[in-house]
Amino acid sequence: MTTTTAGVIFVLSLVVSLVAIYRPFGDYMYRVVSGTRQSRVERGIYRLVGVNPAAEQTWGVYARSVLAFSAVSILFLYAFQRLQNHLWLSLGLDPVMTHGAWNTAVSFVTNTNWQWYSGESTMGHLVQMAGLAVQNFVSAAVGIAVAIALVRGFARQRTGHLGNFWVDLTRITLRVLLPIAVLGALALMIGGAVQNLSGGTDVTTLTGGTQTITGGPVASQEVIKELGTNGGGFYNVNSAHPFENPTSWTNWIEIFLILMIPFSLPRVFGRMVGQNRQGYAIAAVMAILALASVTLTNVFELSGHGTVPQAVGAALEGKEVRFDVSNSATFAAATTLTSTGAVNSFHDSYTALGGMVPLVNMMLGEVAPGGVGAGLYGLLILAVITVFVAGLMVGRTPEYLGKKIGAREIKFASMYFLITPALVLIGTAAAFATGNNATALNVGPHGLTEVLYAFTSASNNNGSAFAGITVNTAWWNTALGLCMLLGRFLPIIFVLALAGSLARQQPTPASEGTLPTHRPLFVGMVVGVTVVLVALTFLPALALGPLAEGL
Amino acid sequence: MRLPTWLAQHLAALRAVLVFTVLLGIAYPLAMVAVGRIPGLDGRADGSLISVDGRTVGSSLIGQSFTDADGNPIVRYFQSRPSAAGDGYDPTSTSASNLGPESVVDTIATDPEESTQSLLTQVCARSRAVGELDGVDGSRPFCTPDGVGAVLAVFRADGLTGPVTRVVSVNQTAPATPFLATYEGVPVELAQPGHDYVAEGGIVTPIRGDAPADPAVPADAVTASGSGLDPHISPAYAELQVNRVARERGADPAAVRRLVEAHTTGRALGFMGEPGVNVLELNLALDREFPAR
Repeated sequence: MTTTTAGVIFVLSLVVSLVAIYRPFGDYMYRVVSGTRQSRVERGIYRLVGVNPAAEQTWGVYARSVLAFSAVSILFLYAFQRLQNHLWLSLGLDPVMTHGAWNTAVSFVTNTNWQWYSGESTMGHLVQMAGLAVQNFVSAAVGIAVAIALVRGFARQRTGHLGNFWVDLTRITLRVLLPIAVLGALALMIGGAVQNLSGGTDVTTLTGGTQTITGGPVASQEVIKELGTNGGGFYNVNSAHPFENPTSWTNWIEIFLILMIPFSLPRVFGRMVGQNRQGYAIAAVMAILALASVTLTNVFELSGHGTVPQAVGAALEGKEVRFDVSNSATFAAATTLTSTGAVNSFHDSYTALGGMVPLVNMMLGEVAPGGVGAGLYGLLILAVITVFVAGLMVGRTPEYLGKKIGAREIKFASMYFLITPALVLIGTAAAFATGNNATALNVGPHGLTEVLYAFTSASNNNGSAFAGITVNTAWWNTALGLCMLLGRFLPIIFVLALAGSLARQQPTPASEGTLPTHRPLFVGMVVGVTVVLVALTFLPALALGPLAEGL
Repeated sequence: MRLPTWLAQHLAALRAVLVFTVLLGIAYPLAMVAVGRIPGLDGRADGSLISVDGRTVGSSLIGQSFTDADGNPIVRYFQSRPSAAGDGYDPTSTSASNLGPESVVDTIATDPEESTQSLLTQVCARSRAVGELDGVDGSRPFCTPDGVGAVLAVFRADGLTGPVTRVVSVNQTAPATPFLATYEGVPVELAQPGHDYVAEGGIVTPIRGDAPADPAVPADAVTASGSGLDPHISPAYAELQVNRVARERGADPAAVRRLVEAHTTGRALGFMGEPGVNVLELNLALDREFPAR
């Protein structure tokens, strides 16, 4: 079997598996978020937290709960890192310095998992497992909860209520994330992922040298890092590390974990609005964009253009033998199509165009299928913008799922869309204006791409990097921290505001002139709007970076 | 006493963070550590350590360097891929090179300590070294015969256009011989330390040369992995090394080849990943079966 054939079958096997779980897993998540019977453990948690699970929240209260939870999480994580030398399992490491601790605290709470540090030499085991990995769970649950609140806005009528954040957070964590994490961690351990509390084993190698075989609770963190589309590696080299991703089949599992929740959430959407076909339409938009991206990344990487790849004979720099070019490219596409940002190969050494596709994936707003929850609400925003554009064309008041998209709704949607491009472009410009781009490793167009990639990754809460750039400075840690914070919570506020506004409406019955939002025409329009909006926003920047390098 | 709403909300948030920290940050990972103690799983959860005569020599998942103290290859061992992790295969500072596809111009400073090699020159130098070690042609496209990147800085009369006025081979310094005598009729100069010919207006022009598109030295032998800890080499790179290792150990090449096959992992389920040869396990097996004389 040729490399290309194997790579194609690899992608197809993922597609088939995701299709197979769409209904059962989507239905399961639907029952989790719409059920009202609480288990004993859940009732215990509500009692400890001090909330009434039966109390519904308005959009404002829901948003304030999200923000309060996230603010406390950031402070907690910051303190954890600053005090790590006083805690157990710190491996003798120093406290993390102030701007680094701020950046990492924001990074993990916003589901970004941008990492300026090397895990093995900066974070003790306790900070990793009881600090960072906890946020891997709950930041993912926050994303799903916000998406569910938006869907409730579409599904409900004449109400101010969007559900209860604490209930959503608890049920999603306990019933969706934790059980899959346990099974996934077991699978990764069978593959060889490490799971212990060892501070490292010194060995004398075959040739008489010394090597420290590192340890740590890796498998338990690795699985939720993928499942929650977080991406923060236990080690510096993330999923390229043999202890995080030991074999070619654990690589398949990790890609599957990344994609399973985001691709199944449209089913939850369809179930909640009472029309499964609406879910299929959203899933179709995600699938079209994702397949195009996976294909392009593979084609560019396998064809290996560029001076160094041609000298080598393959784009193999920064890639592992066990994954080779194709499975690395597929991982790169999956990790940037979602908000994961884990890497099993190093994007900085990709061919110019092969490295541009992950960048464009993030610029699309990570909606195909996007981060857990964040992808669904991002794509629903784009669907709202699409019906608005279509409404302008035919001169009708646009509506989506019977809800009118009026001035108030389109304002929220537009604000949502504009935040990340503004952060990316202003941030990149600021880096060059202040000379902070000088920390890029590569020169010329590739150096610009490193800076652009960093701001795109942070503002879209991805966390992957063109890792040659040095970002361990006060300026970079502060700037990227702000981008992550604003890029996460401003959109969430607008999404919840939109949800509140939609929930209050009485749905209008569909008529002759209503644009059907489950047909291929609409799917094509959403794809078109997404691509055009992104192209208009980012093409000038791309032309100076990867396009200048690769064409 | 009734707390203000905003305070109550943040207290609930704090309690939630603490509850989830205990559940997800302590109970869950420790439970998985406990699961990792199950016989059969414990070796893997502990890092797949390999022991020889009761002494731990490494992990079957983590690559090692098979070089002497000066970094020269120990010829009786199969060699691993180049590594960017610390001084090579250092699990406490894992890293990739992160150099891009157009990293082709070396920085040649007056102080050799400050000179840095482009990715292209690293590839060319490795290819030449492996070729010499294993007795094959180490030439590659875009590489000079002396093993650096074949790259010219071409100066033109009007910047980007016009006749060529000056040509510098940017990665070659004295006493080397320029890999091209002339370019468009202009003699090619060697680079002088301390110059940045790109900043001075030269157009970076890599020269393909006439090396075969499919070089004798395989791709994985000249590139660093993402982790810097890659335990595998490609079957092609192993095959390239069979004769040398067999000769050094006085073994039959066919027998060494059989050992290579025994330590080759194929694609999982026939389609996942690419085949790889586990270098540490292979070298351990060699030491067992064909101890060095």
